[in-house]
Order: sequence, then C-alpha cells, then structure tokens
Amino acid sequence: MYGGGYIFDEPNGKQQREEQLHDDPVKLAAFEARIARGEKIEPGDWMPVEYRRQLIRLIEQHAHSEIIGALPEGTWITRAPGFKRKLALIAKVQDEVGHGQLLYNAAETLGKSREAMINDLLSGKSKYSNVFNYPAETWADVTVIGFLIDAAAIVNQVANSKGSYGPYCRALERICYEESFHLKQGHDAFIELATGTPAQKGMLQDALNRWWQPIMHFFGPPDKTSNHSEKLMQWKVKMASNDDMRNQFLDAYVPKIWELGLTLPDPLLKKNADTGKWEYSDPDWDLFFEVIKGNGPCNKERLDVRKWAEENGRWIRKALMREDEMERSALPVA
Amino acid sequence: MQLQQAIQELITKMADDELVIGHRNSEWTGLGPVMEEDIAFSSMAQDKIGHAWALYRILQESFGGTDPDQFAFLRNARDYRCCHFAEMPIGSYEFSLMRHFLFDHAETVRYQSLSGSSFTPLQHLAGKVKGELKYHTLHADAWIIQLCTAGKDSRRRMQTALDDCFQLAGGIFEPGEGEDLLIAEQIYPGEAALYQQWLNNISPVIEKAGLTLPVLTAPVYGGRKGQHTQYLQQLLEEMGEVFRLDPEATW
Repeated sequence: MYGGGYIFDEPNGKQQREEQLHDDPVKLAAFEARIARGEKIEPGDWMPVEYRRQLIRLIEQHAHSEIIGALPEGTWITRAPGFKRKLALIAKVQDEVGHGQLLYNAAETLGKSREAMINDLLSGKSKYSNVFNYPAETWADVTVIGFLIDAAAIVNQVANSKGSYGPYCRALERICYEESFHLKQGHDAFIELATGTPAQKGMLQDALNRWWQPIMHFFGPPDKTSNHSEKLMQWKVKMASNDDMRNQFLDAYVPKIWELGLTLPDPLLKKNADTGKWEYSDPDWDLFFEVIKGNGPCNKERLDVRKWAEENGRWIRKALMREDEMERSALPVA
Repeated sequence: MQLQQAIQELITKMADDELVIGHRNSEWTGLGPVMEEDIAFSSMAQDKIGHAWALYRILQESFGGTDPDQFAFLRNARDYRCCHFAEMPIGSYEFSLMRHFLFDHAETVRYQSLSGSSFTPLQHLAGKVKGELKYHTLHADAWIIQLCTAGKDSRRRMQTALDDCFQLAGGIFEPGEGEDLLIAEQIYPGEAALYQQWLNNISPVIEKAGLTLPVLTAPVYGGRKGQHTQYLQQLLEEMGEVFRLDPEATW
C-alpha cells in the first residue's frame, strides 16, 4: 500500500540549518537546476545533505508502512470468506511485503541499511502510516481498507512517483501498477457488502464510520499548519500538498460511497460548487499526534508482532550471513 | 467401497491437506524471519489453497458434489480427511520449514504419479501442479541445506525439527480404504509406493544437509478416517468465522 501522506519528522531545526550550511552553493544550484529541468537524481549523484536525509525518512517510512500495513489485513487471510477472497487477500498482502522489500532497497541506495531501518522501526524512532494503528475488527474493515485506504495511498504514491529521486520513482511505478489491482479487489469486496444482505450492509456502514477519521488523517495535517513543505516541494521530494491530495481523494471517492447508499459520519462534508473544493469537519488532530507518539489503539500490538519476527528470526539471519560455512549459491524464493 | 467413492476419498484427502497446510503457511504473513521468507510462504499458501480449490471443483463437477466454498468452509471436523501433520500449528520457523520440506516432497511424488492417472481430471490437474511444486521443493531443499550447513546451532535446530516432524509426516501416507481398487484401476500407485519414492527423494537432501533421518516407527494416522487433533477444530472455526455469518450470502 501505503505511503501515507504525512511524513513524520522529529523537530530538529538547528541540525538542519547546520547541515545545509555545508552544502556547496555551486553544487546546490546545479542540483536544483537539474530538478527544475525534470531530471532524476541517481544514487551516485551529488545531493544536499538535507535532501538525502528527507528522502531516507520518506522512503523508510513508506517501507515500514508496507510491512506494518500487511498486519491488519494479514490477520484476516485465515478468516476470509470463500476461496476467491482468500486467494485475493493473500496475493495482496504478499504484494505489500514485496513493496516493503522494494522500498527498503530504494532507501538503501541512500546509505542506510535495511537492518538499521528495521531497528529504528522497532525502537519507535522511525514511524509508519498512522492508519495501521487502528484495528481491523470485522471482514467489512478489510474491504474498507482494501478500497479506501488503498485508494488514498494510490493518490499519494502516484504523486510521489513523479518525484526527483530515480530509484524511489521506479519502485513506485511498479508499486502503483500492482496497487491498481488491489484497488479493484477492494472495490469489488466493498460493493459485495454494500449490495448484500442487510447484515452485510450494516457491517460495512459500521466499518466506514470507524475508519472515516483515520482516512481523513491519512494525508496529514492541513497545509496551514505544515512547517517544512516548501523546500521539499521545490526538490520534488513532496509532490503535492496534504490538502490537495485529500481533496483529490474526496473528489474521486465520496461520490462512489454515496452512490452505494452509504453515509459518512461528517455532517459538514460537501463539495463547494464555487471553489470546486471539498469542505469537511476537521478531524481530531490532537488524536492524530497522540497516535504518532505511540498511543493509538494498536501501536504496541503492531510493533510486538515485528519484534517477535525479529527475535525469532535472528538465528536464521545469522545463519544466512555465515558465508564461510555455507554454499554461496543464492537462495531461491518460492 | 466402489471405485467412484474411492476416487472421491482420494481427492478429498488431498484437497483437505492442501487447504489446511495452505492455511498454516498463510499464518506466516508478517512473521517471517526475513521478508523474502514471508513472501515465499505467502506464495506457497496461495498455490496450496488454489490446488485445494481445483480439487474441490473436480469433486463438484465429476461427482455432483457441493459448491467448493460450502464444502470447504462448512464441514465438521470429523468430515475432513487431512493428516495430522498439516493440522499442527506453525510452531517455530524451523518446524514450518521442515514441514514444508517433507510435505512438498510428498506432494511432488503424489502429483507426479497422478500425471499418469487413468482418471482424466486428476491427470490434467497434476500436470499443472507438479510444475509449481518444483519451485516449492527447490525452495525447501535450498533453505534446509543452507541452514544445516551454517553451524552447529542451526543444524541442531533443524535436526530437532526433523525429529519432531517425521512420525507426523508418515501420516501423510496413511493407507486408505479402497486403495486396492485405485491401484488396480491405475488411478494412482497407492500410499506405500508413494512413501518409498518420497524416502528416495528426501534422503539425498537430508544427507547433504548432514541430518540424520529418523526411522518411521509410529506414523501418526487417523486423519484419513476423520480422527483429528484439537488444532483442526480451532482452525476450522477461524476459517469459517465470516463465511458462517451467512452461508447463503455472497461475500
């Protein structure tokens, strides 16, 4: 899935300013000119310290979001109703983990190892999309995630795929291609419930009510409160503002939800005919930041699963590294 | 037992094995020791569950059986014919890896023999499935050898896993009623023959890995007669949790 529009950063303005002072102004100007011309920056190219830092942060958080994002849906693979849904869900979750792998590889080209990224995830230093800190309580939640969270992620990822860093863009192109199938599956499962029995429809409405706020949170705080977007947009690290992406999402999907006879839990939600923009109640941004800090309903559960995997897999990773005692042939994946 | 019934028994036990082990493999989602293994187990789970689906469809189409979803998701545990080995929880990675190794070699032998079956629907399916299984056993063999040759600790873990798995794996080859008919009609060569071929196939890998093959003294039987571990009941409750909310609805 799922970049999530919001890139978390520890406030550390002093460090940023000092780092930027070390950038050679001539090289910086040439770099910015390349980006303005639409050229892609490649791993060996000169880049500002801050560009590298922000990209690592962005791609790493995106990668973490993929592997943590596999968990809420992954727990429903064993419960998916019927062969068709079961196979589609396994395939989808497998893709997400594969996206994580692609993205860790892309981030590694900037000089941070996968191991270091995973360690930062487990220690809580590095974040992932907040949306995965909410529980998937019923099968209907899986369809809401598969349709609407995937749709939101695509808005974000399509924008990012036009960014300036070559390896990230190429990973995203492949990811977006696969995501478009996920969206179809999610939409299909969502419609099945929306047009199903009264119980199925009730289940879906309930899930939609619970997920609406996390979905509104997905693209991050409003532009008026965003503090370091300008430089990132000039460098084509961030490709669209939070509000623009949110608006794009609402424009494409709210009508689809309403058409199915479902409601959304926001009485103010409507499109302003004059501005062409959507109006909505502000979601609870204090809650958003609380969840980022680790106080959401599932933060601990999600990280505990990853910790279990890391701890129990340690001997295996160690065994794989002992090249002196093993065959040097590469291991096939099934 | 009539031939038709014996064929259905054969297909049912194969399908139930595939569905249940596919379910177990899918439980590794998000838990694999490395991301690549996460993906591998997901991929194999898809294949297994897909094979089960195809086999249930043969039951439906050739024998007037029920819809595959209803058949798979609504039966009681005692009507399942899977072996205990497939039912066991995922346990440690080494247990799951060893089960994957032993089980997929058994499947390979079975589908290879079925590719010459006189029962056409199975013959056709086997031709397709055995191609997929080649990658499963390639994967299993490589990981077993790699982990077993990476030091004493990992070899000890893998030997323990093999010891824990082996009698259970013997249960894959539990003789079934009506087997003589199936052999006589060249549907398949029977469990004893498959077991011998399986031993021939796994032995070189076990040897290369430096493991000691246990002796099959007490194969764990019962699954083919509908006697199961407590784990199957739990698994079926989980698998049918959503489907049973309204079995007549489409999901």
